[in-house]
Amino acid sequence: MHPLLTRPRQLGLYLLAWIPLAGVLVYLLESGGLSLGEATALTVPLCLVYAFVCLAAWYPCRATPLEKSGFVKLLATHLTTAAVLGTYWTYQAKELAIGLAHFWPRFTGLDARLAKHFPLLWITGVLLYLMSVTFHYVLLAEQASREAQERALQARVLARDAELKALRAQVNPHFLFNCLHSVSALTSSDAGKAREMCILLADFLRTTLRLGGKETITLEEELALVRGYLAIEKVRFGVRLRMEEDVAKNVTETLIPPLLLQPLVENAIRHGIANLPEGGVIRLSAEEKANVVSILVENSFDPESPAPLKTGLGLDNIRQRLDTRYGAEASISVRTDGNRFQVSLRFPAHQNGVRA
Amino acid sequence: MSGTTGKKIRAVIVDDEELARQMLREFLSGHSEIEIAAECANGFEAVKAVTELKPDLVFLDIQMPKLDGFEVLELIGTERAIIFVTAYDEYAIRAFDIHAVDYLLKPFGAERFEIALQRARQRLGGKLPSPTELSSSARPPSQPLERIVVRDGTRVFIIPVAKLDYAEAQDDYVALATGGKKHLKQQTISSLESALDSSRFLRIHRSYIVNLERVTKVEPYSKDNHVVVLSDGTQLPVSRSGYARLRDFLDQARAK
Repeated sequence: MHPLLTRPRQLGLYLLAWIPLAGVLVYLLESGGLSLGEATALTVPLCLVYAFVCLAAWYPCRATPLEKSGFVKLLATHLTTAAVLGTYWTYQAKELAIGLAHFWPRFTGLDARLAKHFPLLWITGVLLYLMSVTFHYVLLAEQASREAQERALQARVLARDAELKALRAQVNPHFLFNCLHSVSALTSSDAGKAREMCILLADFLRTTLRLGGKETITLEEELALVRGYLAIEKVRFGVRLRMEEDVAKNVTETLIPPLLLQPLVENAIRHGIANLPEGGVIRLSAEEKANVVSILVENSFDPESPAPLKTGLGLDNIRQRLDTRYGAEASISVRTDGNRFQVSLRFPAHQNGVRA
Repeated sequence: MSGTTGKKIRAVIVDDEELARQMLREFLSGHSEIEIAAECANGFEAVKAVTELKPDLVFLDIQMPKLDGFEVLELIGTERAIIFVTAYDEYAIRAFDIHAVDYLLKPFGAERFEIALQRARQRLGGKLPSPTELSSSARPPSQPLERIVVRDGTRVFIIPVAKLDYAEAQDDYVALATGGKKHLKQQTISSLESALDSSRFLRIHRSYIVNLERVTKVEPYSKDNHVVVLSDGTQLPVSRSGYARLRDFLDQARAK
């Protein structure tokens, strides 16, 4: 189906473009000796029908794409069609003139007077068709570029989805192994505690799976996950692990990508607390000011311990996720201050899918 | 040793997690021939305990505060039977490279533990392999050394490589010069050289490795001989081949 036939607005514009063409034809016929009335009575129905006939150029144009078809083939296809249609259009003009002359006394003899204009009509028909061919090639090119744009956009969306999926934080297997080892140790010494730890671990894993599949979650949900995670690590580290939380009321409902903070807290333990014989404090604070959410995760660490080789990966992952979602509006920065290690995140505040 | 009655196997448990130590205690409680000589929660304690108590068997965690398991091992030597206990499987190859008796992956059960213990008894009963050049094998080859651990009696010093001014070979030892002090470490200068980042440290002489950031100038000393002058004024001899390497390095640095 021709694309214009499904779009009334564009079809209307196309037909409008025929009005000046019809005007030119009226002028030519009038200056050739016909009266204005005769020229108009001939031209209007002729052009109206021919406008639709010329839409047929769509098919040969599509069948002989400009960039892929040889010059000879292009010329042969379109000139042949143009000659046939020009003849058809002249023949129609003749029939119309006969009809008019027959039914309206004021047009008597029109068919005879028109006869000397047949070459003009034929040439007009050919040219009009060739104009239509040009128009259709433009239309095809425009359509192709729009499709390419759509495909590119589609590809970008798919790539972004795939990227987010790949970046989705995974539960660290070593965390699991260590937990299971703790449970195993507790089974003989404190069965109740072992059971409690199993339940904590199950809750954490279930929440991770549930939240991890979502596009965004509220900060409160993430914090609940982080608390669950810390409760488990507390069993392993005991008094060595201490936690402080300072989250402003206005920020708990803000939407964030899932598992954004849990990996930071995990790093804080692995590269901070776990390297300190006496342990230390993890401080998590969050606030929102002027539609920007700032989150700070701070932990004690041993400046003498070798630079962790793997923290970079976790941070890179978070950086990429923020970047994919917020672009230049988000930032992540890392700094050390004596024996404090700080990671701060800043990104635009969103609530329930809309900008707060 | 295990065969002789009356002589107990003395073991030290090293793990920063109380629950993990508790588990080993529990598994060992059924073995009257094994005596737990000490429990340590970090690398420093481990070096101190092993040096003072000279146990036969060490259960060693890898990820620990202060010194990791491999650094501890580098300082205590391989005269003892070592059983690594860790949740990380990626160190297994390194562990066997340095002749660890076994490598227990957390979580493990009593049966697996018994196998490890059996291997330890065999090792202790047989001849121990001679101590190997630990520092070079106890480190993935792709990754340059970031810090050097040195033991002086039961005290442990950690020298970040950035703070190492130069190293000097002294028989079986290297003297590590840092901030005007020298620490002796049992290691050959060649193995130290191969462990250090070659873009930051250069072997300028059969007996010397220098931290290139400390070098302020190179001066002729006699015909065919040169010395480098460090920022604190120390002069170190440069051999002919060392001088060629130094020139290559300076040319490359200039090219960048």
